[in-house]
This record gives sequence, structure tokens and C-alpha cells, in this order.
Amino acid sequence: MAAIATPLQQEPNLLSRLLGRPTAAVGLALLVVIALAAILAPIIAPYAPTKLSIASRLHPPSLEHLFGTDDLGRDVFTRMLYAARTSLSVGFAVVVFSSVIGIVLGLTAGFFRKLDTPVSRLVDAMMAFPDILLAIALVAALGATAVNVVVALGIVYAPRLARVVRASTLVIRELPYVEAARALGVPTPVILVRHVLRNVTSPILVQGTFIFANAILAEAGLSFLGVGISPDIPTWGTMIAVGRQYMDQAGWIMMFPGAAIVITVLALQLVGDGLRDLLDPRLVKDI
Amino acid sequence: MIADAETNDTTQAAPLLSVQALTKRFPARDGRVVHAVEDVSFEVKRGSTVGLVGESGSGKTTAGRAILRLIEPTSGKALFNGVDLFSLSAREMRAYRQKLQIVFQDPFSSLNPRLRVSAILGEALDARGYLRGKARQDRIAELLALVGLSPDHASRYPHEFSGGQRQRIGIARALAVEPEFIVADEPVSALDVSVQAQVLNLIGDLQKRLGLTLLFIAHDLSVVEYLCDEVVVMYLGRVMERGPSRLVYAAPRHPYTRALLATAPVPDPTRVRVRVPLLGDIPSPIDPPSGCVFRTRCPEAIEACAAVIPPVSPIGGGHHVACIRHDQRND
Repeated sequence: MAAIATPLQQEPNLLSRLLGRPTAAVGLALLVVIALAAILAPIIAPYAPTKLSIASRLHPPSLEHLFGTDDLGRDVFTRMLYAARTSLSVGFAVVVFSSVIGIVLGLTAGFFRKLDTPVSRLVDAMMAFPDILLAIALVAALGATAVNVVVALGIVYAPRLARVVRASTLVIRELPYVEAARALGVPTPVILVRHVLRNVTSPILVQGTFIFANAILAEAGLSFLGVGISPDIPTWGTMIAVGRQYMDQAGWIMMFPGAAIVITVLALQLVGDGLRDLLDPRLVKDI
Repeated sequence: MIADAETNDTTQAAPLLSVQALTKRFPARDGRVVHAVEDVSFEVKRGSTVGLVGESGSGKTTAGRAILRLIEPTSGKALFNGVDLFSLSAREMRAYRQKLQIVFQDPFSSLNPRLRVSAILGEALDARGYLRGKARQDRIAELLALVGLSPDHASRYPHEFSGGQRQRIGIARALAVEPEFIVADEPVSALDVSVQAQVLNLIGDLQKRLGLTLLFIAHDLSVVEYLCDEVVVMYLGRVMERGPSRLVYAAPRHPYTRALLATAPVPDPTRVRVRVPLLGDIPSPIDPPSGCVFRTRCPEAIEACAAVIPPVSPIGGGHHVACIRHDQRND
């Protein structure tokens, strides 16, 4: 691949460069498989996710039930596929929601000098809370629904993005191409989107990947603690919460969703690390 | 200080831009003040090129940006076609922006790396008015041709170009809105020497063809000599000497101008030059010397230099100098 790129510029084709890194490629491949499994759940799943069968409760993994059955005789593999849909959707929605808040706060603090101090102090105050405690408090206040979990986690993770966006905005604001746009009389909102936001997409992408991973973990944690999504909706977290009661007799009920979380989070971290190495000029080693 | 009604045979009497007592101070730590530009006045006649010269830290770039209100000036006036730019509201200024453009020093950070050349030039076209479809493409091709690039460069990204080519794109962007006045902020100092001449020739050529009025900021007098009709020499935020290039170059009257000229390389190895070395560094603009700001490094300074700030006084032929001893020396 072209190795002439200077740190300031990026090759347009990020994906092919990412695939050139073995660890990131493995992460990306895992993510594709997991996402496909979630999307195609109704086709792949051998049973209906809610199909009860008291006769076959707590069966260990077998050819009939690949990952065994749970306390109500539901197929764990089927439920895991459907759980992936919820868990990934929640994670993705958290990324989108926290990005919107984080970008607005970060651009405001970074671009408008007078607003920097108030907005930055607000962000600092939000970051002073431990993530999961703040999320629990917010869900407790808002009510335990999937939407509220997304809102709560979005608020929890927005400050990280706000900081990253602010830092990049502070640099870009002073660059001559922003000055050139001002000299042309380009309106400030257009400058913010076309010149500033477009050039902070790299750090947003990296942070977004890590937030995705954290959100999946946090959602599982909230569900496990019983302050998250209602236990009748399969998510990896609710499955573990239920399976915990049968841990010594039927460990598979919580082991498989647990493994799904580990693999998904690992895959996201690998991709995130790969992106960071590619996009952060300070870490360039292989040029 | 603009009162001297000297007959100038070059162009019409009224200047396109008249900068009067421009001052820009920045707040520094502990309530102190950076005197970046102090009481700078000069005129730019329509169709002419004025060079603004000085070392780094002399305030020349700040002066250029303040005139365009890319930074807000502290006080002073900038009469552009008789309208004081500094008195305009932000909204009124927006309408004026296209009349005054700027070309930047760094050809790398002056182009958004995420935009294709067509989008970079397109943004400038949008500022002027709407051009769509074929007309837009034609105008972009025309602009590229004007600066010596090819129309198919429009679909490329900035990183696919060399420094000189990028500077040409920057010039095309400034020209896209058909400005009356362009500030060129050290447009060649970041380029390779071989490319510098090409870009200088392009600027000189465009100036003649389009009848542009230029304020050419540089730290190097030899670059300015080639292009400029008039020169303004700045030091520590103040004007030391200004006047028609031929006068300033042939008979510099300020010790600072002499020192600058002495450091410029002369392409003749047999010519012996009397060097007037400048000692020390440029003082801090937070705490500038009393009286003449140049006195701490001036080889000819006397005690009286510390007492008063020398006014920029006319000495004939449009030549002005800010030195109390300019007529006491036998040159």
C-alpha cells in the first residue's frame, strides 16, 4: 500500500488499511459475523425465542440444543441470537446518542471561546461520577426501559466524546483553512460542519468504537443488577442475570452469553486499537 | 501623517486602501499587554503592490489579518474605497469579505484535507453567488487554468499536490470571488527556492493581467523588491520606513532598513558589502523599549532616542522615515 502519506493526510480508503493490520482484521471479521448472526436471527435460530418446554428444561448442550436450554426449557442458542439484536442495538444507539451530545458540546466548547469554560466545567463534573453509578441513578430516575438505558448510557459516555472533539476543535479552529473560509464570509455553522467536524471524524470514530464496547458491557451490567432492560426481553445481560441462579447446575445458561459479551467487546477493542493506530499520527510506526 | 499631498504620477489620486493608525494589542498574562501593532499607517494605491516587511515578531502578519478583520483591531481605521472596514458590523463586513482576500503562508494547512479541489474552489464560488452544473465546472476549470493547473486537478484532494501546486490552489481560491484587494501573507516563504520564483512570477503576472491590488507580506526584502511598488518596513509593531521601492532600496534612511538590506544576499561574489550586523534579539512586544523601539539594537542610537517615539515623517518623494537622526548622518 502507499506509504507516502504524511501524518497530516489520510489515505481515502481507511477500510483497506485497517484490513492490512492482522489484529484489526480479526476484530472486524468477528464483528461482521456477530452482526450477521443478529440480523439473520429469525432465519438461523432453530426455535422461537419464547418457546417454552418444561419437559426439556436445563438440558445441557447437545445436537438438539447446541448451547443447551434454560430454566424454562427455552433454547439458549436461539435466545442468544435474539439477545445479540438488543445488545448490539442498545450499544449502537448509545454511540449515536452520546456522539450527538458529545459533538455538540465539544464543538461549542472548542470553537466559541466564551462558552469553553462553562461547557468544559459541566463536562468535567459529569466525568467525576463513576460511569455505572451515574447510569444506575439515571435509569432509576427515568424508569427501566430500553430507551431509558440508551439515554442514561448516552449521557454517561457523552463527556468523553466532548473532550476529544473539543481538543481537536481547538487545533482546527486556528488553521488557515478555517481562516480562509471566514475570509470568504462562509457562515459559522457551515464552517463548523464542513471544516471542523469533517476533520474531527477520526477521533470520533476511535472513541465511538470504545464507547460501543463499553456500552455493551454497561448494558449487561445494568440488566444483571436488575436496573436495566426488563428480564423478559433477551439481552446478554438479562440472560446472565437469569442464568446466575442456576450457575452450579446449568452453567451453560450464563456461560454462552458471557462469552458473546467477551468476544464482542474484544472485537470492538481490536478494531478501536487498529483505528487509533492508523489515525493518530503520533503513533505511526510503520511508515 | 497622510497629509503630504505628493504628486504621484503612477495612478489615480485616491488610494484603494488607507490604513490609519492601526493598533492591535493582545491581552497577556497578569493583565499585561502585547503591543503587536502600534499606530501603523500606510496607503495602497489601486493596482499597485505594497510590500510589508519585517522580522518575525514585527507584527506584519497581525497587521495584514487585522485589515481583513480576521482578528479584530484594537483601534485605527482601514478606509477601503472610503468605507472604514473597522466600523462595519459583522453582517456588513460579511458582504465586504469577497472584496478582500488572503493567500496564506503554509500551503499545507491552508487547504482542508477532506475537500476536493472542486469543493474548495466551489466554497469560494458559493460565497459570491450561485453557479450550478456546467457553469460551475467551467468556472472552476477557468480558475485552475488561471493559476497554471489543469482542469482535471479539480477532482483531486490537496494531499495529491506539491507545495507549489497547493499554493496555486490557494491563489485560485482567493481569485474565485474576484477580489479588489489581496493580502499575500508570505506566500512563498514555505516553498522550495526553485518553486518560489514560479509562484512569485505567477503572482506578478496575475497582478498585471487582472489589475489586482496587493499587500505582500514578507520577511525578505529581496523578494519584495521584485514585486512591489512601495515598501513598508515594520519593526516591533511600528513602521520604521516606508516609501516607493526604488527610493527605499536605493537610499534606505532608517538604520533598521539598512540592516535588513545588508543581510539580503547579493548575487555578486566580488562585491564587498559593509555589513551592519544586528545585535541581539527583537525585544518583547509586552515591554517594548521607550522612545524608538529599535534603539536597543540600533548601531546609531543616541540618548535622545529613548525619549520620544519618532514620528513617521515625510522626507520627500513619498518616502517616510521614523528616525530622529535620519538627516544627521552623512550617507
